[in-house]
Amino acid sequence: MSTFALDQIQAQLPQALVERYKDRTGETWGVIAREHIVEVVKLLKVKLGFRLFISMDAVDRLHLPPEEQDPRFEVLYFLKNIERNEHARLKVRVNEDQDIPSINKVFQGADWGERFVWDFYGVVFAGGNKRRILMYEEFVGHPLRKDYPLRGRQNLIPERPIQDIFRGPGTNGVQD
Amino acid sequence: MAAAGDEYDPTPSEHELEAHLQTRNMVVNLGPSHPATHGTVRLRIELDGETIVKMDTEIGFLHRGFQKSCESVTWTQVLPYTDRLDYVAALQNNFGYLSAVETLMGIDIPERAKYIRVIGAELHRIASHLTTAGALALELGGFSAFLYAMEARELITDRVTELTGARLTTSYGRIGGLNRDLPDGWKEKVMKSIVKIEEVAAEMDTLLSRNRIFTDRTKGTGVITADDALDFGFTGPALRACGVSYDVRKAQPYWAYDKLDFTVPTGNNGDNFDRYYMRMLEIPESLKMIKQCFAQMPEGPVMIDDWRIALPPKENVYNSIEGVIAHFKLVMEGVPVPDGEVYHCTESPNGELGWYLRSDGSGRPYKCHVRAPGYQILSGLGRLCEGRMLADLVPTFDTINMIGGEVEQ
Repeated sequence: MSTFALDQIQAQLPQALVERYKDRTGETWGVIAREHIVEVVKLLKVKLGFRLFISMDAVDRLHLPPEEQDPRFEVLYFLKNIERNEHARLKVRVNEDQDIPSINKVFQGADWGERFVWDFYGVVFAGGNKRRILMYEEFVGHPLRKDYPLRGRQNLIPERPIQDIFRGPGTNGVQD
Repeated sequence: MAAAGDEYDPTPSEHELEAHLQTRNMVVNLGPSHPATHGTVRLRIELDGETIVKMDTEIGFLHRGFQKSCESVTWTQVLPYTDRLDYVAALQNNFGYLSAVETLMGIDIPERAKYIRVIGAELHRIASHLTTAGALALELGGFSAFLYAMEARELITDRVTELTGARLTTSYGRIGGLNRDLPDGWKEKVMKSIVKIEEVAAEMDTLLSRNRIFTDRTKGTGVITADDALDFGFTGPALRACGVSYDVRKAQPYWAYDKLDFTVPTGNNGDNFDRYYMRMLEIPESLKMIKQCFAQMPEGPVMIDDWRIALPPKENVYNSIEGVIAHFKLVMEGVPVPDGEVYHCTESPNGELGWYLRSDGSGRPYKCHVRAPGYQILSGLGRLCEGRMLADLVPTFDTINMIGGEVEQ
């Protein structure tokens, strides 16, 4: 239950750390201010040795108790320091109309993570790659948002002509 | 001076040889349904001659809404969905998910269940490694090595069938332990199969690891440096092939791994051969672990004794009011997972299989994020291939062992 990462962030970038807390298993989580996330990730990677990118995801807090609903989204960042054997668990909280600076210049692996969060939650990353990753590009909405219906159906889309090698098989973008 | 009508001289002049050829890069589409892309991934490859200039990996053809489905069912009902993540090693996902839920609930499972989980997980690790090595050999033209791999894997599948009742979609284990103990005589069968698997794996090793054609195709191709590998989030054999010794089983031992004696092989070149060879070296280690587990495994229950978590025995359900109520509440409301969040990881054949679980105390997952090792590795496939030959794409794609189920959730 090492707290090295958050201790260092608190010491070196105190303005970036909004909140820190422990979960029930004793692991430490840090909530980072939106505008400081790139600095924090850079600090962790370059100076503190958190060089392994683990993953990214987000949580839609729409159905949590009212005091936890604002801001609506919580974007999660997991990094790992192999030498110290410690995971860094970071969060950034944003509302629908806010964007987060992209960290894909710091971690190349974050590119797909950010595309996933955009695809499924609609959180925008400034300077990031705004392409869907798992859903098809004609899809409307963001399926993992809590207000997206479980059995939500969308119209079928005509198939794309096979000659279109740049976009490949699939739909041709014409909605009926 | 040559007169008109002389025969044509095919030797090109100096001027013609020096002339700039007007060529354009060609775009080639591979997949999503192609024998070499096992799994459904589409690669859009820009070629200059035979060299890959740029490669774009497109995924999502197998997306089934794993997370959305998990959010609508109880914690136990998520289990069958996890089979379909890494379907080559389903037990790894089952147990990884259950461990994460147990961590979130703060419960400890019986000792015997821990050992059985290690046995199941290691059996499926071997199956996964054999499949990877076999498919790699097949696509480089070595059909016999593939048959050996399938022969050994079939033995594992048979043992897993006896244990769980299913060949692929195992859904074995429950929150708090396991739903059933080992079948009678299973240990002896496994010990017999292990001898055979050891033989076959050694045979494969002889057929491939020092085979000139095979090593020419794999050594020095698909190279990645340790820095880049960390940057992309490689874990498991793909990371260890670059010389970074990181294995969750050693770093944060779970289940019974701290009581077992095993080593984790590390490579140093980060190429296709090392990624393949790490897997071949891990097979004997896994077999060793299974033997140790059988030797050390204590007798006793495999499920914790708490009717809020474990289903009560059938005689209690039929004959006592407490049993009926416990059964009813478990089936209708699910296991009571308290409000909270956790990130927990285990080592699957391809690397760190992480789970971020969030509970709001309602009996259903509020959020169920799975960190599939293959997802991060596949995001680095472009880096592995760009600037290299098109023909090396196939072995590279094999050794990263992309599994459509876990990548596309």
